[in-house]
Amino acid sequence: MNSDLSNELQEKVSCANSNKTPLNITAGCSKTFFGHEVDGEKLDVSSHAGIIGYRASELVITARSGTKLTDIETALAEQNQQLAFEPPRHTADSTIGGVIACGLSGPGRPFQGAARDFVLGAKIINGKGELMQFGGQVMKNVAGYDVSRLMVGAQGTLGVLLELSLKVLPKAETETTLAFEINATEGHKRLREWLSDGHPVTASCHYQGVFSIRLGSTENSIRDAQKKMGGEVISSDLWQQLRHQSHPWFQQKNLWRMSLPPAAAIHDEDKQLIEWGGALRWKVSNNDLFEQAKRLGGHATRYTLNTNSTKATTSDEIFQPLQGGMLAIHKRIKYALDPNNILNPARLYKEL
Amino acid sequence: MNTSPDKKLVIRCLHKILPVESVLHQAEDLRPYECDGLSAYQQVPMVVVLPETIKQIEDILSFCTHQKIPVVARGAGTGLSGGALPLENGILMSLAKFNRIQNIDIDNRTARVQPGVRNLAISEAASGHGLYYAPDPSSQIACSIGGNVAENAGGVHCLKYGLTVHNIFKLEVITMQGDHLTIGSDAFDSPGYDLLALMTGSEGLLGVITEITVKLLPKPEAANVILAAFDDVATAGQAVSNIIADGILPAGLELMDNAALRAADDFVKAGYPRDAAAILLCEIDGTSAEVADQLEQAQQVLRNSAATEIRVAEDEQQRAKFWAGRKAAFPAVGRLSPDYYCMDGTIPRYQIANVLTRISELSNEYGLPIVNVFHAGDGNLHPLILYDANIDGELERTEELGGKILEICVAAGGTITGEHGVGMEKINQMCVQFNDRELLQFHAIKHAFDPDQLLNPGKAIPTLHRCAEFGAMHVHHGQLPHPELERF
Repeated sequence: MNSDLSNELQEKVSCANSNKTPLNITAGCSKTFFGHEVDGEKLDVSSHAGIIGYRASELVITARSGTKLTDIETALAEQNQQLAFEPPRHTADSTIGGVIACGLSGPGRPFQGAARDFVLGAKIINGKGELMQFGGQVMKNVAGYDVSRLMVGAQGTLGVLLELSLKVLPKAETETTLAFEINATEGHKRLREWLSDGHPVTASCHYQGVFSIRLGSTENSIRDAQKKMGGEVISSDLWQQLRHQSHPWFQQKNLWRMSLPPAAAIHDEDKQLIEWGGALRWKVSNNDLFEQAKRLGGHATRYTLNTNSTKATTSDEIFQPLQGGMLAIHKRIKYALDPNNILNPARLYKEL
Repeated sequence: MNTSPDKKLVIRCLHKILPVESVLHQAEDLRPYECDGLSAYQQVPMVVVLPETIKQIEDILSFCTHQKIPVVARGAGTGLSGGALPLENGILMSLAKFNRIQNIDIDNRTARVQPGVRNLAISEAASGHGLYYAPDPSSQIACSIGGNVAENAGGVHCLKYGLTVHNIFKLEVITMQGDHLTIGSDAFDSPGYDLLALMTGSEGLLGVITEITVKLLPKPEAANVILAAFDDVATAGQAVSNIIADGILPAGLELMDNAALRAADDFVKAGYPRDAAAILLCEIDGTSAEVADQLEQAQQVLRNSAATEIRVAEDEQQRAKFWAGRKAAFPAVGRLSPDYYCMDGTIPRYQIANVLTRISELSNEYGLPIVNVFHAGDGNLHPLILYDANIDGELERTEELGGKILEICVAAGGTITGEHGVGMEKINQMCVQFNDRELLQFHAIKHAFDPDQLLNPGKAIPTLHRCAEFGAMHVHHGQLPHPELERF
C-alpha cells in the first residue's frame, strides 16, 4: 500500500482542535493493551502508508507511519539490513508508527540500541493541526530541539506521526545461540566478564535455570568466542519469541515489565524471565511493582497483552507514576504541543 | 526583560550567595569569558559567577528569575558555535568547579560525573577497568561533559557508537523555575516522555545540568586502520558509500583533501601520500577475528572503488601515526592562514561528491581557500574557510560564504549542524532549515521550561522577526539556495 493522507489527517486534527474533540489515534491496533483506553473519535492512520525513501548505502529508511512493520523488514532484508532495535510485531498489522509511538525495543536493546536511538527525523501533526518536520535523514543533526526523539514512547500524545526516518544497520554475518545451565546471578556475572573480554554478545535471556546468549559477528569471530565461552549451541527461535512476545511467559495474567539497572540484585529468579543483560525483568505479580522497581533504581509497567483474559481496568495505573516536578514539566510539554489536549488524552497518564 | 540591571546591586546580591572570590566583575577578570571556541564572536558579560554547590546554583537561578536577569551557563568554553557567548546585561555562570567524578559503577558500566569534568578524564578514570566513554569530540582533552550534553557532541566514532544522546543514562537538572528534575534513569529506559533526548543538544536553553550519568563501554579487543589514497575527491566520497553498502560499519571513516593532508603531514609527519587528491582513514574495531575479517573486506571494497594506494597500519605505532595527522588537521590548517572558520553541515553520503564540488566553486567565487577534513562516514562536513581577520571585511565575506555552504547542505537533504550546535553562529540558517510553525513550536517548548526566557536567551532558536529580516536580506542579494539540487 502506498498512499499519502497527510492533508486529510491534518484537516481532521485541525478540525478536532477547533471543536476540542479528543482523538483516539490508531493504526494496526496491535498495542491497545499498552496504555489506557482513549475516549475519543478514531483517527485511523493505517492507510497513510508506504516506504518513501531507502538507500542501503545511507543506512536510512523513510516511511509513512501506517507502513506495516513487515513491509519495512522485507525491504531491509533484501539489502541484508535490519531495524537493530528489534521492535516487537504483536500482530501482522503492527505499523512502524505504532512501534515508534510506543518506543518498544527487543532483545538486542542493550547491545545495539533502543527505538529512540535509531530515530533520525519525523514529520508530525501537532495538536493544533500543524504539519511540522524535525530532524532529518542524516546521521548527525543538532539543529533545534530533538522533537523527533521526543515522539518516541509519547504514544501520540504530543503529535500524530506522519513520517519517520530511521537509521538501519547491516545484519550480522552470522548468529549463534549458546545455552548455559546456570543460575541468574551467576550467569549475569559471567556475562559481564564475557563483555569485558569483548565477546560479540547481542542478546541474553535467563529463563527456568537456562542462560541463553546470542552472538552476532563474522564466522571466525563467533568460532573464537564459542571456543572460549563454552556452552551448548541451541536453536535461535528463542529470540523471535522474545522479540515478538509470543513466548509463553508473556501470555500470563498479571505480568509486569521491570526496567532496572542491569546489575540490580536478582530475587525469585524462578518467577521471572530476564533479558537485556539483567536490565529487563518480566515478572508475574498480583501486586503492583511500582515501589519495588523504584527502590531498585528503575521503573515498572503493567504488561497485559491483548491475548490475556483479564485486562487492566481503567483505574489501574499502567505506567510508573511520575513524581511532582516531572509530572508538572510533562504537563507543560503536553500543553506546548497539544494545548487543547485532543491527542490520545490520558493514554499514558490521566493528567496528560 | 530588564535591559540594564544595576550592576552594583547585582554584585551585592550575588555576594550573599557566593564567596567574594567566586563573583568576578572587574574588566580584567571578565575578559577571559568574553567568548567560547568561536572567537569571532565576543561579548564581555556583566558578571561571572563560579558556584561550587547545588544550593548556590539554585540561589543564583532564583535570583535571576526574581530580578529578570538573563543567565548563560558555561562549561570549558570550547564550543564552536558561540553557544556560551555571554550577554552584556547577563550573568555568566561557569560550572568549572563542578569537576568531580562521583562514581564509576563497574557492574552497571556507568560513570556519574559533575558537568565540569573533562570528556577525556572520564575515559582515563575508567581505563583501569577496561572501560571508556565513547563520544570523542576533537576537543576532548579540554571540553567538559556538561557542554557535551548541551551540544550533543559527536566525534570520530559516531557512526558506530553514536552521539552524546546515545551514550548517557541520566541527568540531574535544575530549571529556571527551581524544579529539580531527574531525567532518565540507571535503567535502559524511563517512564513518560524522552526528556533525556530533549535536553541533549538543547544548548543550555532548557535547564542547568548539575550531574550526568554516562554509559561506559568495554574497550574493543582490537582495532586497526586502513589508509586509502584517491586521485579524485569525488571518487573518495563514492568509496565511503561503497564501504557502508557492503555491510561494514567502521569505527571511524574520515576524509581529508589534498590541502588538509599536506598541512597535516607537514605538521606531524604522518607519512601521508602527499600527491593524493584525497585520503580516507577507515578504522575497524571489535574482536581480533572481526577486525581481521573486516580489514580484508574493506580493502577489497576500496580496491574496487579505484583507490590508488591502500596501506594497512602494520602496528600500533603506525596506526597512531595515521591518526595523529587527522587529529592534528585543524591546528595544521591553522598554520596555512592567519584565521580559519570551521563549518559543520551534514549531508546524505551520496551527496558528498556533489556538495564538495559546489563548495569548491564557491571557494573560487569568493577567492577564499577552503580545506576539507571531515567525518565522511556520517556525512558530517567540516569545511575550513581560510581568511585573514585583519583584512577589512574578510570575516564578513567568510561568514557569508559559510552561510551559503550551510544552505547547500540543507538543499542537499542535510542539516546546518551535525555536532557543533547552532549557538549564535548559525542562528540565521535556522530560518532556512525550519519554517515559522516549527520555530514557534521550539519557542513553545522553551516556554514550558523557561517562561521568562532567561536561560541563554537569543541562542539556538531565532525569533520570527530575526528570520524576516534575514529573509529580506537574502532576497536583496538575489541568491536563492541552489535550485539545481534536489530537495527533500
